Amino acid sequence: MKMKRIFPILALLTAVLLSFALYEALVAAPTEQTMGNVQRIFYYHVPSAWTAFLLFFINFVCSIQYLVRPNPVADKVTNWTVIAIGIATCIVAFVIRPLPEAMEPSSVATTGLAITGLYFLIKKYFSQSRTDALAVVSAEVGVVFCTVVLVTGPLWARPVWGIWWTWDVRLTSTLVLWLIYISYLMLRRFSTSGQTPVLAAVLAIFGALDVPLVYFSIWIFRTQHPQPVIGGGGSIDPRMLHVLLINWLAFLCFAALVCWSRYRLEILQRDVEETQALEALLEPRSSR
Amino acid sequence: MNKSSGVAYRVPSGVTGATLAKDLRLEWRSKDALNSMLFFSLLVVVVFSFSFDPNAEESRQIAGGLVWVAFLFAAVVALNQTWARELRNHVLDAYRVSPAPANSLFLAKALGNFIFVAVLEILMTPLFIMFYKLRPLGPAWQLIPVAALGTWALVVNGTFFAAISLRTRSREIMLPLLLFPVSIPALLAMVNATTAILTGQLSARFWIVLLTTYDVVFTIACLLLFELVLNAE
Repeated sequence: MKMKRIFPILALLTAVLLSFALYEALVAAPTEQTMGNVQRIFYYHVPSAWTAFLLFFINFVCSIQYLVRPNPVADKVTNWTVIAIGIATCIVAFVIRPLPEAMEPSSVATTGLAITGLYFLIKKYFSQSRTDALAVVSAEVGVVFCTVVLVTGPLWARPVWGIWWTWDVRLTSTLVLWLIYISYLMLRRFSTSGQTPVLAAVLAIFGALDVPLVYFSIWIFRTQHPQPVIGGGGSIDPRMLHVLLINWLAFLCFAALVCWSRYRLEILQRDVEETQALEALLEPRSSR
Repeated sequence: MNKSSGVAYRVPSGVTGATLAKDLRLEWRSKDALNSMLFFSLLVVVVFSFSFDPNAEESRQIAGGLVWVAFLFAAVVALNQTWARELRNHVLDAYRVSPAPANSLFLAKALGNFIFVAVLEILMTPLFIMFYKLRPLGPAWQLIPVAALGTWALVVNGTFFAAISLRTRSREIMLPLLLFPVSIPALLAMVNATTAILTGQLSARFWIVLLTTYDVVFTIACLLLFELVLNAE
């Protein structure tokens, strides 16, 4: 089997990359002036957050595809909507330009195109039933990374802000996202239905609809009641950015590796269940 | 297909009306949901009132949160019964095979729950005012749209998630686990709007707009996706 040969090599490469990233984060990266060494937690916190959000987004895409693909009309509508989103972000980024100062038009356009690309990549390489397996896997691994974010955040906030937690936009949205995905996993676990994937996909879509509302509501909530926010206008030392990106790459490789092996397990488990169900059907009654 | 079901298919409001009337009649005769909701929220009011014993100014600050938490927990009681009631005698299976559109069934259930929770709110509001010495300093009439929008926000998603939790083990516990995370923005909006009106310091307009957005988004989502949930055996 292909996986048996490639997996150890990739695992080794990821381990090397992770240790290099650890070295970079703890030793090579410059110490932050005001926060000191506490700031180094940033190299774990931010890459975990990005990885978790990416995985949750993959879960959302898979959930949509699982629901729309059996229905040709809905499938077509969704395809064109996704293409329209890609084109619209490019037009907004380069032609209309209502963007805030800090946002680069090219990065906005890249994000839009990446969303479209990801949608069609998943569609090309995963059959409709496999998208459900990918959805389970991305939700599980995403919850793990999101937990890392929620644990490292307060550890950093306590010495820097003086408090463990505040109802800030990002903190609250991340917490709500985490809660929604916990309930998603619980639903999958507790469901007695033969169509758990459908129910779970529906819940994932509700969760995804919820996140912008949460973000928006807390954003207004916070601007009405000012609270501590991260200082500085977003300028970062290029060496720090370098370390951050290496760490993100390492985390992404690690997440991909975990997802891959979990995905294999999920597929095998389903095959076993299917075979058992078939055998039970085919088994002659006289065998008792 | 006989004639009556053909008519029902063409006029979805007929199905909605019939189901709603049936649910209201059942509730009127048994009063199961309303009694348990009323008693539950009465307990919440009494327990919180004597454990905090707030003065008028304090209770203005906390009452918004308290009222809605009490109604949220009480609503779960009614929501849990919505679909469980239809499992007896395989009524839900009959719905599934009937040509009636799934959406009209959903609308009937959501409207029924809305009426139950609204009745609860009307009955409980005088008690809240009495125990917490409430006198709103802001425009009090705004409490009515906030209550209506907030109740619909809880009930529309609640009815939907109750149908999902019907297919799980320990479904009574599953419903709040599914409903509460998704309801967080709606709860935040309801609580803040109520507090803003009671204290009279801030405008509640933004929160009302947010609640309306939440209601519109999730009502559309529920109507689009309910058929899938109903048919997921």
